Amino acid sequence: MKFIVCVKQVPESNVLKIDLKTNRVLKEGVSTIISPFDQFALEEAIKIRKDGDEIIAISIGNLESKSTLMRCLALGADKGILLNDEIFQDSDTFATSNILGAAIKKIGDYTIIFCGNSSFDTGTSQVGPELAAVLNIPQVTYAESTEAVANGKIKIKVQTDEGYRIIESTVPLVVACIPPSSFQPRIPPLPKIMAAQKKPFEIWNAEDIGGDRNKFGSNGSLIKIIKLYEPPKRDQGIVITDEADTAVEKLMELLSKDKVI
Amino acid sequence: MVDYRDVWVFVEFKKDNIRGISFELLGKAKELAKKLNEKVCVILIGNNISKFKETFSSHGIDKIYLCENPVLGEYLTETYSSILVDLTQKYMPNIILFPATKIGKDLAPRVAGTLETGLTADCIDLDIQDGNLVQTRTVYGGNYLADIICSKTKPQMATIRPNVMERSEITTKNQPEIIEFLIDIDPNQLQTKVTEKIETTVSYVKPIDEADIIVSGGRGIGSEENFKIINTLAEVLNAAVGASRAAVEAGWVSKSCQVGQSGTVVCPNIYIACGISGTTQHLVGMKSSKKIIAINKDPNAPIFEVCDYGIVGDYKIIVPMLTEALKKKLSQD
Repeated sequence: MKFIVCVKQVPESNVLKIDLKTNRVLKEGVSTIISPFDQFALEEAIKIRKDGDEIIAISIGNLESKSTLMRCLALGADKGILLNDEIFQDSDTFATSNILGAAIKKIGDYTIIFCGNSSFDTGTSQVGPELAAVLNIPQVTYAESTEAVANGKIKIKVQTDEGYRIIESTVPLVVACIPPSSFQPRIPPLPKIMAAQKKPFEIWNAEDIGGDRNKFGSNGSLIKIIKLYEPPKRDQGIVITDEADTAVEKLMELLSKDKVI
Repeated sequence: MVDYRDVWVFVEFKKDNIRGISFELLGKAKELAKKLNEKVCVILIGNNISKFKETFSSHGIDKIYLCENPVLGEYLTETYSSILVDLTQKYMPNIILFPATKIGKDLAPRVAGTLETGLTADCIDLDIQDGNLVQTRTVYGGNYLADIICSKTKPQMATIRPNVMERSEITTKNQPEIIEFLIDIDPNQLQTKVTEKIETTVSYVKPIDEADIIVSGGRGIGSEENFKIINTLAEVLNAAVGASRAAVEAGWVSKSCQVGQSGTVVCPNIYIACGISGTTQHLVGMKSSKKIIAINKDPNAPIFEVCDYGIVGDYKIIVPMLTEALKKKLSQD
């Protein structure tokens, strides 16, 4: 079986500064990581793989994103594909899903496409379902655990507001993963990092993936930011440092005065 | 694109009831429809739901699209999305609003992706400018706001965060037009099915994403036993109990209580943080709360930078005193 894992390289901190003149993120000096839910998605793929199965990690990004795919290879993916082309820039979630969809169709013969339920930086949770729509296959989101069952179907444990649901799905499908709170991203040991250099790695551009290039990048994006601005500042809060009983009394007075309670 | 008209709200049900956020969406939908001079419509999909027609007739809406079938008792992406896609293609709405809940965030992008139209996630405000829906969301960890439009395609779609819109007010009863949408789904032909449901959250625990007030505890609480102090305050205020990631990871409270980037982003009227220092990942999840009260031993804790009111001190002493004071105050009102 072939498993495809979609990963995104993101800044390590999501609290970023923007140049409000150009609307570009000031990335200088901010180090990057694999978006944590995507790393969990990779771990899920590694968990259910059997001998003879293949795990392909794919990512859209600039050439620096190669390091994220190399990290995936060190963690256990078999092959990395970087989707890199100028026309991929400024994609919204719909255009992103179309780029991934075209590349995945080219890879072909896939069983499960894993991705993180949301990315660490933009966090819309939209790419998984939109990708499933582009490929016209089932989707399961908020997936905490995935296993293959005997009848060729996939069983997924899904987080709900009340607890969990177990969903059984036919293949192929998209599984958007969200880790349990106990999840700690693994750091691959040095020999694995070295060995990753020898694993297959390819860079594909728009021509390589085919598909409808009018659906990629800013051309293919359906939503656009018309204004980016700082939210109104919160008023400076009042911090009380008195002894407990006086402090509580003061707080109660403030809450009454401001009609909070 | 002139043929696309009306503002639709996807209504979410929970345990045979209408989820509160549906009325928040409806409140905003009415405002938008008025500005556009278009109709407000609700979409009801489920089983045994026609009884809710009555509820909506006192909310001043114009149309109810009703799709009722035993197969729809359990939410499934494939059934709900195919119905919504069919409805949208047939009746061509201008705007569709979804709650930014687990179901809304699973369904809306599937529908948008299929219809090839734009979708904005987790909006905190909506307005009409030059006939376009302007959708506001926070970006870059809440440091910035972005106004977003979807000008190339219709319908314009958005998911909306709970607790950010004013609820629809009850008006005199009218007779909304009811459009029943019949479907013919063979459950055996579906690609997905729910084989089991496991409830882990106790029913008396309020969900945090829709709570008016949240009382949260962090690492500073120290033990599961000590969380009772938090629970007592929450009970007095009829609040939900929240927690930082550290408290959830320590196993003191369930995952469903977790506020923050890897848990739930909340926006209650009042957020009370006890023994929470305020890591970035926690602040991202609660700093748009309307009023923030922080209690922490460390005067340099980052939580004090975002709070409206803070007390520097031991929560074990402060919180029970505050609980008593609030109890007294609330019994007087």
